Amino acid sequence: MTPDLECSRLVKRFDATTAVDDVSFDVPRGAFFSILGPSGCGKTTIMRMIAGFLDPTSGDIRIKGRSMKDVAPNKRPVNMVFQHLALFPMMNVADNIGYGLRRAGLPKAEIVRKVDAVLERISLPGIGARKTDELSGGQKQRVAIARCMVLEPAVLLLDEPLGALDLKLREHMKIELKALQAAFETTFVYITHDQSEALVMSDTIAVMNHGRFEQVGTGRDLYYRAETPFVAGFIGEANHWRGTVDAVDGETLRVRTDTGVTLTAARLGRPLGPGDAAEIFVRPEAIRVASNETETALFENRLSGTVASLLFNGANSRMLVRDGITRGEIDVALPQSADFAHLQAGAQVHLGWDAAQANCFAARKAADAL
Amino acid sequence: MRSEARLGLILLLTPLLLWLSLLIVIPHIDMALLSLRERVGVREYQTSFANFRTFIDEPLYLWTFLRTATMSILATAITLTIAFPVSWYIAKIARGRMQSALFLLCLVPFWVSELVRTFGWMILLRETGLFSGFLQWAGLSDGPVEMLYNDAAIMVGLVYTSMLFMVVPLVTTLESLDDSVIEAGYDLGGTGLSILREIVIPHAAPGIVSGCIVVFMLSLGNYLTPTMLGGKDSLWFTELIYSQFIVRFNWELGSAFGFLLLGLSSFIVWAALRLTGQTLQRTMG
Repeated sequence: MTPDLECSRLVKRFDATTAVDDVSFDVPRGAFFSILGPSGCGKTTIMRMIAGFLDPTSGDIRIKGRSMKDVAPNKRPVNMVFQHLALFPMMNVADNIGYGLRRAGLPKAEIVRKVDAVLERISLPGIGARKTDELSGGQKQRVAIARCMVLEPAVLLLDEPLGALDLKLREHMKIELKALQAAFETTFVYITHDQSEALVMSDTIAVMNHGRFEQVGTGRDLYYRAETPFVAGFIGEANHWRGTVDAVDGETLRVRTDTGVTLTAARLGRPLGPGDAAEIFVRPEAIRVASNETETALFENRLSGTVASLLFNGANSRMLVRDGITRGEIDVALPQSADFAHLQAGAQVHLGWDAAQANCFAARKAADAL
Repeated sequence: MRSEARLGLILLLTPLLLWLSLLIVIPHIDMALLSLRERVGVREYQTSFANFRTFIDEPLYLWTFLRTATMSILATAITLTIAFPVSWYIAKIARGRMQSALFLLCLVPFWVSELVRTFGWMILLRETGLFSGFLQWAGLSDGPVEMLYNDAAIMVGLVYTSMLFMVVPLVTTLESLDDSVIEAGYDLGGTGLSILREIVIPHAAPGIVSGCIVVFMLSLGNYLTPTMLGGKDSLWFTELIYSQFIVRFNWELGSAFGFLLLGLSSFIVWAALRLTGQTLQRTMG
């Protein structure tokens, strides 16, 4: 089956800068595909090229197998939910949703029927006569999606549509968007800089930086098996050290950090040898905390320190531990057990983690580092 | 405390109220009384609608008014047609310094007095003027061409004089139209024309309405431009009023004409608003 959306070797240059640099990807039918990256990484440029508002410098976009070269935005089987939704303020809800159908030249009765049906599907029946500014943020969101979905596009593009909502509503809309996507069975391409939106909703996520895809995979892949230092640092929280490889022993590396401690890390088949500059990432929740040294004795990496501060945040509580030797701070997940319920700043703790939990990469150039 | 606040309010309002009553309300009442007075003998007057009847009975007056109104409506339409793309360019296409520079260019002619601006057109259009000279030089005409003293010259002058008053409200409303709304229109299958009709014009309606009202009223009440570019016999309604007051010394008929102009122009604006389904409230709010 041909994928709904294929982008091959897409390049977009603006004068001297390359916004999108040789990006290729396929989105299979019915998938929820996210492009995640910091602002300015080129994700909006990709989306605008798919929608047809920008022409690629080179490369091709195919939708359902058909090349979109020289196809105007109003002739493409893609629709877009804009960042600020861009509902037509001069029309009521029904006219907003019916706009595309009117343009397609459908008979009036058909338009009324389809608009009612789609309002039913987004669980807002009977609001057709309302003005757009009488809707709540979440309702506007759903109307904006309905306005596109009523046209039955091959691909729905969503440009950070949750950005303008408050936190509580955003959490709610994440689940709702996923449910809407399942209900409409349409291919969604979603761009965002918010990793939690991408991780929660997507089947596949592409992490983008400096105009290129760093890694494409499921949320789980990106979180646990980051392939580039950018992904390891961008997705989730991580402790980060820079250092130099001292010794290679099969799949484990001994790295001497710039702060002067020696850590053991996994090589994961990467071409690293003694003398190479390296970066190590360790997730806060991968670090075991103990109050006595015997509990951490089995780990390859062991450190002792004092609790510098406790950052209470319910189930995501953290503590910052000041390492006894280098005085550097290490971010550690606070275990949710009774042993640590009365932990105070200044307490002595011991930390340990497996070499396999320490993801080691060849060091990036300083300009690319976070 | 309350009475003090009230006194303060009255004191603050006094200059405004004095201004309004002394310069606008009282003269208008006086004019209204004057227009309802008929001279029956030497220094003998009686109240009647004779002056207003003269307007209806004398075809020249009625015809002049209709001509003035039609020309003003035409001038408004032409101004809108020219100003809309100009405003669109300034509001949506030009960026940064270019935008302010273009806006300033529209404004610059208004730093010069209307009299001087109109003289400028006379220099261009008269028999010995630039256009006439150019036509002769290019061999398109054998002799000097007089382009002044006709309706087209009046129209050019009116449109030129009114342009800014159309561009300013249009640029303001068009600027407030979010670009992504236009993009959404294209994205959902709209064509340029349908987006203009269904999205841009409804959004810009308040600007179009206020611009049109101002331009229409300015054209209708314009005295200088029709007189200078159209000549003495250009038959503009304000010229009739002028001649009644100054030449004929018939203040009674002059003030009746003044009120007719006010009433009829208000009626035309009201009718136009009704016809296009717009309201003054929406335009102002």
